Order: sequence, then structure tokens, then C-alpha cells
Amino acid sequence: MSVADFDATTIAMPGAPPEHVADGARGPGLVGWIAIAVAALVVGGLIGIPLVSVFAEAFQSGLGPFAATFAEPYAQSAIRLTLLVAVCTIAFNAFFGILAGWTISKYEFPGKTILLAIIDLPLTVSPVVAGLAILMTAGAHTPLGSWLQTVGIKVAFAPPGIIAATIFVTFPYIARELIAFMQEQGRDQEESSLVLGATVWQTLWRVTLPGARLALFNGVILCGARAIGEFGAVSVISGRVRGYTETVPLHIEALYNESSFVGAFALAAALAFTTIAFTLIVNANRKSEHDRTAAS
Amino acid sequence: MSRDTIPGRNIALGTTLALVSLAVIAPLAAVVLSLNGITPEHLARAIASPDAIAAFRLTFVASLVAALIDLVLGSFVAWILVRYQFPGRPVLDALVDVPLAIPTAVTGITLATIYGGHGFLGAWLEPHGIQVAYTQIGVALALVFVGFPFVVRTVQPVLAEIPKDLEEAASSFGAGQTLTLRRVIFPLVFPAMLTGFALSLARALGEYGSVVFIAGNLPGKTEIAPLLIITRLEEYDYQGASAVATVLLIASFGMLLAINALQRRFSLARKMAT
Amino acid sequence: MSALRALAGALALAISVAPISALAEGTTLLNVSYDPTREFYSAYNSLFKEYWKKKTGVDVSINQSHGGSGAQARAVIEGLDADVVTLALAYDIDAIAQKSKLLSPDWAKRLPDESTPYTSTIVFLVRKGNPKHIKDWNDLVKPGVAVITPNPKTSGGARWNFLAAYNYGLRANHGDDGKARAYVTALFKNVPVLDSGARGATTSFTERGLGDVLLAWENEAFYAQREKPGAFDVIAPRTSILAEPPVAWIDVNVQKHDTAKLAKAYLEYLYAPEAQKLACKFGYRPRLTKILGSCGSHFAQMDLSTIRNFGGWDAAQKRFFGDGGVFDQIYQR
Repeated sequence: MSVADFDATTIAMPGAPPEHVADGARGPGLVGWIAIAVAALVVGGLIGIPLVSVFAEAFQSGLGPFAATFAEPYAQSAIRLTLLVAVCTIAFNAFFGILAGWTISKYEFPGKTILLAIIDLPLTVSPVVAGLAILMTAGAHTPLGSWLQTVGIKVAFAPPGIIAATIFVTFPYIARELIAFMQEQGRDQEESSLVLGATVWQTLWRVTLPGARLALFNGVILCGARAIGEFGAVSVISGRVRGYTETVPLHIEALYNESSFVGAFALAAALAFTTIAFTLIVNANRKSEHDRTAAS
Repeated sequence: MSRDTIPGRNIALGTTLALVSLAVIAPLAAVVLSLNGITPEHLARAIASPDAIAAFRLTFVASLVAALIDLVLGSFVAWILVRYQFPGRPVLDALVDVPLAIPTAVTGITLATIYGGHGFLGAWLEPHGIQVAYTQIGVALALVFVGFPFVVRTVQPVLAEIPKDLEEAASSFGAGQTLTLRRVIFPLVFPAMLTGFALSLARALGEYGSVVFIAGNLPGKTEIAPLLIITRLEEYDYQGASAVATVLLIASFGMLLAINALQRRFSLARKMAT
Repeated sequence: MSALRALAGALALAISVAPISALAEGTTLLNVSYDPTREFYSAYNSLFKEYWKKKTGVDVSINQSHGGSGAQARAVIEGLDADVVTLALAYDIDAIAQKSKLLSPDWAKRLPDESTPYTSTIVFLVRKGNPKHIKDWNDLVKPGVAVITPNPKTSGGARWNFLAAYNYGLRANHGDDGKARAYVTALFKNVPVLDSGARGATTSFTERGLGDVLLAWENEAFYAQREKPGAFDVIAPRTSILAEPPVAWIDVNVQKHDTAKLAKAYLEYLYAPEAQKLACKFGYRPRLTKILGSCGSHFAQMDLSTIRNFGGWDAAQKRFFGDGGVFDQIYQR
């Protein structure tokens, strides 16, 4: 099984921009410069302006009101809830990602293609449908939901539902990183380790995972970024009770709807800054990996 | 069944399948299964009423238009990024990832504010008769924004990999720039463009957060299909919501199959190009 | 390694978040309310906290949830952990009692005035200067008039709107049901959008500039005027309906959270003079006639029917707003 096989059977997600050497000998020329200007205009207008606006709106009344947003109790509980959801989501998805990476790269079995496709499924499902799916599985009107309520676990309108919905939406992120990495690694190291007398567990912990650290880290970062920003799925399942079940994106929506624009954009800017930083970190990691393997 | 060199297959595979069933298959199945027993009239009201049809039409048409715009603009920007070195190129490159990086709610409120009547761009456009906020144009614009990176990042690697000698060989045979572009480069990059288009389209069909603030949400005019699901839920018409969701799921599966098929063909084409 | 650390972190966070979600101490109430009451309950909660602190020395906290009354009721049935519900109409609380058995079916008798500490009515909010000359219900069906009202399926205010309109249709046509139906049908043809709650409809009208006239709770109309002074006029039609939004504590939940005494006191205090005065300030018609007399000059004199003219909420809900009811029949979605 090679990486090429993997590419053919799952959705390739946009990754870090490839490092390449553009033709430096010939300059752009007049047509080239005009084209560059147009491209800059397109990207600047489409993306640059909104990006700048997030921060401009957040700071439009100065640093004071910006900072005050985060001192507000409802904002703080939203931040706490969002962090809780992210951590639980990452924990579950990391566990699954390691398991799936191991299973798919170390064993042969029929239906691998289908399994990979199913793992990727959440990427094409609308987040609203994801939230609805959790509601239909474990909402209070379902058999599962009523049973869970008798043992004191509420799914709909409570953090467990938000966590479940976020897990669904971010399910493929860590798995994809690890599957790709482990497939590329192959089985040689693991097989050697077993021949030398290690158990499967020891092999996993001491041989496979240390090597996969970077892939795992990238996956965790991507999963986390997606999890803290999830909006559509959580809108459906959350109930939106301030101080209870409002995550940061929902709180942003609430502030925006009641015209508290500085507050909404302050939180939005914080979220955007965090997720962009995460993306840049992952891109840098991938680039240095790419450079490393290209050089060797 | 081949002999495994590493033990533990059944446990690993079993647990993997169990988790996939729990996390992905069961919830989606629950949506479809909840339609059990729905009356034909109810189903018709849910997905064939004037409002529902308008919502589906808006979602599909706006997504298609946005993906096409992304295809053109994205391919163009990918070309520029690969082709030329220029000051500020890293910034341009980094900006391409932004729509993918930032949360959809942030995108939503920002676009709604900028293009609203008092916004930075809206205040400039509206006196000219171009209203973006609360119109279908706004919906398409938001979708163009979120789908943009998919095209660029799918096309960029392929363009970058096209060896320089190919172009040089073509020009040594007397082919001009345009001919080279059309006959040599374009066929190699076309599968990637198609894949990027499909990815962008798939994303747009299900998009909610980026669109719902700028859209206006007028039933029959600017209500997107995901919002229709939420409206039905608020009326506690669970089966109606599931019906709309199932239509979207069918579209999702269709896109997934299409993308898989494209990438299968894509990797073959890449192998042949190198 | 990292997985274990992640789990430990999750546990720590769960514990720190627990106070937000655990109501076991008995000093936190969740008030699940309808849409327009945000400002009123924000102020009332401060008032009540002060009063309770003075009376018992205990600090309490009160969380609010707002949304369309019908939607909120169904949320409580679904498991939203309300200690008290303060909704737009009695039927929504009855629905909670019937469908989930979370509270006693004769909840309404537990507090004065059928558990409605204040009332309101339905009026029109128009743009300043009333450019479309909307004076009464018959003006709403004129061509070219866009009417904003929320969705009766989710909003309590929208159901009061609908009944007030139907009431006019009956009055204007000597009680002819067919003609009244024709009237509301024509009315809803002039409605471009249905928000899920009264506040959403108000925002559509005031912030997004949709529509020529907003059918609104009287208190909501006053709210809009406070938010944007000089932008709107409040038009009181000659006839309307007396809207009676009730309150109740949820027996099962307050037992679970150990907040029975607190919840009861919270609702009873709504009838106290200070609270009644506060309600009046926020545009609600207080029950205490003394307070109504002293502060109620801004309330128009109108000829108000009541829900009893429609045979009570049970009958009205089934007839007009149930699946396949009058609203479903006339409003083609």
C-alpha cells in the first residue's frame, strides 16, 4: 500500500502550499506584472479585506472595550465550555486516529477503500445535518436519549451533545494525518520490533507513536482549530442557554444579534487569531517535513 | 485471508469499525431512519413545498455558481503563485488559507458587516444599486469565500510539479505560449481543477455559518437549505427536518463519490505526467 | 502519553465547568422565558437578588434562556432543565404539563390571576410619520403593505397576533368565521418573513428595515421606541386581544435541583409592588391596579377580547395552530 493508493481513495484536503522554485531567470514581464496585480486584487479584496475587518471591528472602540469582552461572565463560561468540548473531542478523535492509522497501515483486510471513505464522510456532511444527526440519535425523544436521561446523562441541550456533534464534525482530521503517515512508514519497523520480542503494545508505544509524533501533533492542532470554531452543528444541538450551553461561536452570534458588535468581533478576532496561528503552525511543520524528506 | 505479520488484527479492526459505526454511521442512519412512518403529505410539505423548493434551488444554484467562480479565480491565483516570484508572494500565499482556517461564524458576521448597508464595501456598492447583503448575491459571495482555498490548494501542487522541460520542449517545437498552455499544461492540470471544483462545491452545499448572517433568510427567496432544517426543528417538525437533511445527505454522498472517482483518475494522470 | 494528559486535562476542565451546569446547591435558577422579556428579566433578576439577599442573606444567581414561547416549551419537554418557565401563553405551559408530566396540571391555580402577574396586548409599530397610513386592522391587508409577524408555530406573540387579527375579522363581519378566515389569509399574504420569535421579528423590522408594520407585543413596541428614539410610531388599533403571559415553576426540576422554595419565591415576588412597577416601566400592564393607575398612562385604551372568547387555549391551539389547523391551511409554505 503506497501513498498513491491512499490518495486515490480518500478526499485530498488542501494542505500546505508546496515549496517550489518559480522561474527566477525570466522576470514576470509586463503581462506578468498585470496578472500579479489582478491576483493580488482578487485575493486582497476577497480575503484580505474581511480578515483585516475582523480585527478592525474588534478594536474600533479601543483596547478597553476589547478586553472588557473577555471579562464578562457569559463570555468566560463560553470560553470554558469551548475548551472543554475541544479537549474531549481531541481526546476521542486522537484515540480513534491512532487506532485507525494502526489498523489500516499494519493489516490487510477487504473493504479498506470503503472504510477510508466512511471515515472521510463527515467532511462532506453539512454541519447542520451533523447536529440533527446527534439529536436524532440521542435526543430526549429517542429511546437512547430517554434511557440516558434515566442515568442522568442529557445529550440534547447539554455539553455531551455538543461534544458528540463536534466529534462527528472533526472525526476525520486526526485519523487522516495518522493514516497517511503510517501508510507511508509501512510495517518494517513494527515487524522488526515484533521479531525482536516486543509485544504489540510495546511496539505501538515505543516504535510507532514516537515516529508519528509530528503527524499526531498536526492532526491534534487541526482538529482543535476546527472544534473551537464549530458553529452549525452546535447551533442545532446546544439550546443556547447563556452560561450553560453557549460555546464561543454561539456567544458571538448572540452578541451580534443583539447589536453588541465590539463584543462579537472581539471574540471573533480572538478565535480567528487562534485558528490562523494553528494553521500556520501546521503549514510550517508540513513544510519542514517536506524539506527534510526532499533533502534526504 | 493473508497471514498477518503483525498480530491483533481482529481486535484493532473490530474496535475501529465499532467506533466508526458509533461516531459516523449511527447518527447518519438515525436521520434517515427517523423518516420511518412519515406520511406522503408530510413528506411533500417538507421537501416539495414552495419554500423548500426555493431553498434547495438557492443552495444548489448558489453553490454551483460559487464553485465555478472559485474554479476560475482559484486556478488563476494558483497559476500566479506557481509561476512568478514577486514581493509579497508569501503573504498572498498565506492569505489563501484564511477562509479554511477561520471559524464559519466569524466569516459570517464579518461578511455581513462589510457588505451591509453601512459596511466598508456595502456603503460603496449600494448607492450604485448593487445590494449584496440580504440577497442571493450575498449568499454566493460567502460561498465563493469559503470555497476558494479548495481550488487553489488542489491546483497549486499539480502546476508546481509540471516539469519545466515539458514547456521548453513544446517551445522548441515552435509552440507559442498560448498553445503550450492549452495543449500541454491545461490537460495535465484539468483533473486537479475539476477536483478542486468538486471540493469547493461539496463544501458550499452544506455551508451554514458563513452564509446565514449575510443571507437575509427570507423563505422563498434567501433561505438556504441548512437553515430550512433549523426552521423545521424549531417548529419541532423533526421528520420534516430529517427529510430536508436526507436530501442534503444524498447530495453529499453524490459529491463524495464524484470526488473519489476524480481523484482516482487524478492520481493516474499525475503518474502519467511524471 | 499525550492521550492520558489530554484526558486528565478534560477531567480538570469538566470539574471547573461543573459549577456552571450543576444546580445541586439550590442557589441557581434557570428561567426559560419567551423572546421579548430579556431586558425585563435582566432588571427583575437584579431586583430579586437584592431582595432575597436582604431577606435570607443568601446570594443567588439566575440564568436566562430566551426564544419563541412554543420552541422554549418544547425545549423544556426535550429536557432543558428549567426551574421556572415564564412563557407567552398558558397553552405552552399546559403542553409541558401534559406531554412531560414535569409539573402539575393545575399549575395555573398556584399563583394569583391564573399565574399571570402582568398582561399585555397587540399593537402596531410603524415607521415614523406612518407613511403608509396604517390606523387599524383593515389597513394591513391593503396591497403594498408588508406586515412583519413571527411564526405562530414557534412564537407565542405570533399566536396572540393571529388571534387578535382573527378577532378583528370576526368583529368586522358580525362573527362570520368564513370572512374572518378570508381576512387573515389576506393578511398573511402580506407577510414576507416569519421569524421564530418576537424579538427576531422586531429586529427584522427595526434593524434590517423589513416591512411597513410590525405586529408586536405592546411592551415590545415600547422597547423598539426606547432603542431607537424617534424612528417609530406606536399605533393602537381600536380592538385587540388581552395577552396574558403566565409563569410557573417546574415541579420535577426544582425537586431535582433543590430549588423549590427559591423558585416559588422568585415567581411570587413578581406580584410585589416593586416588581409590578418595574414591569410597568418595561411596558407590561401590571395586575396591581394601584400601580397601573400611577404609572400606566402610556397604555392605550382599547377594546380587548380575551382567549376565553375563543373557548380557551386548548381549543384555540388545536383549531388554529395545530398540525393542519387554520394557520397551516391559509399559509402556504
